[in-house]
Amino acid sequence: MTTTERAFGKAVQRLEDPRFISGQGRFTDNLSQPGMAHMVVVRSPYAHANIVGIDASGALEMPGVVGVYSGREMADAGFGAMPCAWVVPDSDTKTPAYPPVAIDQVRFVGDAVAMVIAETEAQARDAAYAVDVTYETLGVVVNAREATGEGAPLVHDDVPNNLCFHWTVSGGEVEAAFEQADVVVGETIINQRLIPNAMEPRAVLARWDSAMGEVTLWTTSQIPHITRFLLSLTTPVPEHKIRVIAPDVGGGFGSKLAHYPEENMSVFVARQLGRPVKWTETRSENYLGTIHGRDHIADVEIAAKSDGTILGLRSQTWANLGAYLSTASTGVPTILHGLMLSGAYNIPAIHEDVYGVFTNTTPVSAYRGAGRPEATFMVERMVELLARELSMDPVDLRRKNLIEPFTDGHEVATGLIYDTGNYEPALDQALEMFGYEEARQQQAEARAKGRLVGIGVTTYAEICGLGPSEVAGAVGFGGGLWESAIVRFHPSGKVQLMVGVSPHGQGEETTFAQIVADQLGVLVEDVDVVHSDTSLTPMGWGSYGSRTTPVASGAIMGAVEQLKDKGTKIAAHLLEAAEEDVEFHDGVFSVRGSREEGKTIQDIALAANTAWSMPDGVEPGFEASSFFDPSNFVYPFGTHIAQVEVDPETGEIDFQRYVAVDDCGPIINPMIVEGQIHGGIVQGVGQALWEGAHYDDQGNLMTGSMMNYAIPKAEFLPKFELGKTETPTPVNPLGVKGVGETGTIASTPTVYDAVMDALAPLGITKVDMPLIPERVWRAINEAQGGGN
Amino acid sequence: MEISIKINGKSYEGDVEPRTLLVDFIREDAGLTGTNVGCDTSQCGSCTVHMNGSAAKSCTVLAVQADGASITTIEGLATNGELHAMQQAFTEKHGLQCGFCTPGMIMAAVKLVESHPDIEEDDIRHGLEGNLCRCTGYENIVRAVAEGSRQFDPHSPWETEPAEHKITLREAERRARERSRT
Repeated sequence: MTTTERAFGKAVQRLEDPRFISGQGRFTDNLSQPGMAHMVVVRSPYAHANIVGIDASGALEMPGVVGVYSGREMADAGFGAMPCAWVVPDSDTKTPAYPPVAIDQVRFVGDAVAMVIAETEAQARDAAYAVDVTYETLGVVVNAREATGEGAPLVHDDVPNNLCFHWTVSGGEVEAAFEQADVVVGETIINQRLIPNAMEPRAVLARWDSAMGEVTLWTTSQIPHITRFLLSLTTPVPEHKIRVIAPDVGGGFGSKLAHYPEENMSVFVARQLGRPVKWTETRSENYLGTIHGRDHIADVEIAAKSDGTILGLRSQTWANLGAYLSTASTGVPTILHGLMLSGAYNIPAIHEDVYGVFTNTTPVSAYRGAGRPEATFMVERMVELLARELSMDPVDLRRKNLIEPFTDGHEVATGLIYDTGNYEPALDQALEMFGYEEARQQQAEARAKGRLVGIGVTTYAEICGLGPSEVAGAVGFGGGLWESAIVRFHPSGKVQLMVGVSPHGQGEETTFAQIVADQLGVLVEDVDVVHSDTSLTPMGWGSYGSRTTPVASGAIMGAVEQLKDKGTKIAAHLLEAAEEDVEFHDGVFSVRGSREEGKTIQDIALAANTAWSMPDGVEPGFEASSFFDPSNFVYPFGTHIAQVEVDPETGEIDFQRYVAVDDCGPIINPMIVEGQIHGGIVQGVGQALWEGAHYDDQGNLMTGSMMNYAIPKAEFLPKFELGKTETPTPVNPLGVKGVGETGTIASTPTVYDAVMDALAPLGITKVDMPLIPERVWRAINEAQGGGN
Repeated sequence: MEISIKINGKSYEGDVEPRTLLVDFIREDAGLTGTNVGCDTSQCGSCTVHMNGSAAKSCTVLAVQADGASITTIEGLATNGELHAMQQAFTEKHGLQCGFCTPGMIMAAVKLVESHPDIEEDDIRHGLEGNLCRCTGYENIVRAVAEGSRQFDPHSPWETEPAEHKITLREAERRARERSRT
């Protein structure tokens, strides 16, 4: 019998957990194929150099070596350059060739130079060291702003000033706003480069089936369908002969939403050798060869009236794109960034110039939040500085400028139309949970004793649930942004749900099963969610931009509704009743008032699958397929508050409290939503306090391993206090918004502002992130007039 | 070099190079892929196993050093098909998302609570400093380990340390610092 308890909204235990807690995760590196060889990639030790020669003769003589291949050989075999799949219109974007393996020139430390294939990984690695590459070094640029300057070395000869694009967003009367302002505050804001650090390094396993002319590629990807499409454009293998499988993927955070060179390399090698080949990156290799995030420098100004009413915001922003354009590079610092500069506020005039710049560094693309954390940090920072300039409480200033509640769309100056929002209740709830007034009093008492206690508040709104395909096309995204689902009942009444999205740790194998269970009255554990295999699932555009649930749930609901309709027809036929007299409730189709004689959905599934007696005009089988293209993006929002205390002697930050109130609409599984928020907060706090990728002026990554890149640890963090409000969106049938990135978007400015608030009595307004003790101590020391 | 390592009660013989890491022996020679490799500098702890009764990062041990040792991996933690209390606690408290760090995290947590049965939240956070997770923000891992410690069966087949070791980690460190001063 079916459950009568609603599965929607319950903290259902995750269906994916049993395999992970017992060591049976199906991660790509855990897979092997008979006759499999191993690939190791020879990478450039120079940030910019001509390749004069590659001598593989020594490597080829080493034990177990099967082959060594160059980029030239790959190109000759018909393998093309890596595509940039998002070219923002009206920005004069330059898309220089990005060969999967460098042919004439290397452009960053870690750029692929050759592929070494051997029987074991150790043999391939030994041989990789024996590949003798002769380089002629060239000039190097690493800083985006400097790279556009006169005389800077060119990363690509055909891209003057290293300027990939100049994109502009403008809304309202910006010049007038600044002329009329009582107060203008300016600041240079650096969103430093971050390394995503999904715990699972990237890996690929390619198998070539020469009899069928087909390739199967297992890959650590958030976008198997896009990868299949792009592989078909860049390799000689047509799309219907490519199967891409992303088995269990150990976190992505955007770092696995690129189509990567190693995917093409492994297909090339497997086809060349006629045997399967696997490549798994080391963590140090991941730091060089997997995309980085953020890396913006922005000169920002905010204009306001003396009463705190914000009149305008403008910025000149330099976005470091690295040496080549990754799959989604150009959309991140533009569409996902500039359009969100209104944040949660009424800002009538906004202007941003974004300069996308090539440098001799690892390609930069989407990392959790992707453009929105940078925008939110800029806006929140400027609001904070304005509050200080006007001697206003930062909460009062925010409240004054918050967008009023809206249920039917709200257009901001950048042209976006937010779906729904009600920002003040989230702010009020967070203030109450935090005990804001009392905390400010305690802060005043602590300050009186010379203690540096600080409180930071962020009221944010973000854009996610990407998005309407029409908008995708209009903003240059090289694909659609709809989603798909097939709900299939087997004769026994068990259900398979095939989706086009690719969850990689978020828990949709559970939440999607909850949706189906809730709608169709079956048990959650009777629903198996199939995803991330292009041969088993319908086309879909992948998991990123907190789109998986808001978009795919629309397709699931579409399929579910079809099955309810079809089930009603079949039940009416079997019950010899009129269709309009049959109702469906908790998994039972019955004539109104006689539920006991009704047919369970499992009965109907069996009847439809056997098809012994079907109503006229109804096809056999109990399966439905649906596609869903949302009418708008979704805009979650909320308020986060943090408290810190800074040790004036050491610059160390004691991270004491964190309150987060988020609104992502109706919640399918509160346990999973809280987990997403927790994880998101910590990645954002990591940017504020500990994380930062640093290059020397020769393009060497100085933070090249986990030894010198500080990933947050459990002991760095306080217990989080979470609250919620629920404002549904009309954009999808369930009213749900995304929640994967909210924590990251909100927490960086929240914690940063808390530290700046702590340092306020010393007159300090800025310390570049990450706020490591040394930097904080130097700022304190300087403010106190001390020497070094 | 010929070695023999007992993993989850079963002996695995192998002819390995001196440089072969224990984790590679476990994953490739024994075919037990539940133990993951997340880094190459011994920071992440994904590869944590139990070696002769203690938690060890299997990427920092050479296979030849483990010759004759008794190893337990995540695959060997359940007994007679029953999940270990810590495995159960991780799913109940949502202490995992992508699941990649999870085996190492669970193996480290088992040893942590085994020697500190009444461990407090702060000490759990401190005790997990050798294990990185990028998904959960640790909040639910800490809850899971606390839950796992409450459910921990003292009669489990895993080694427990003598009672005098049952002090908080910070206390242990404090005593160690004192000893080093004198």
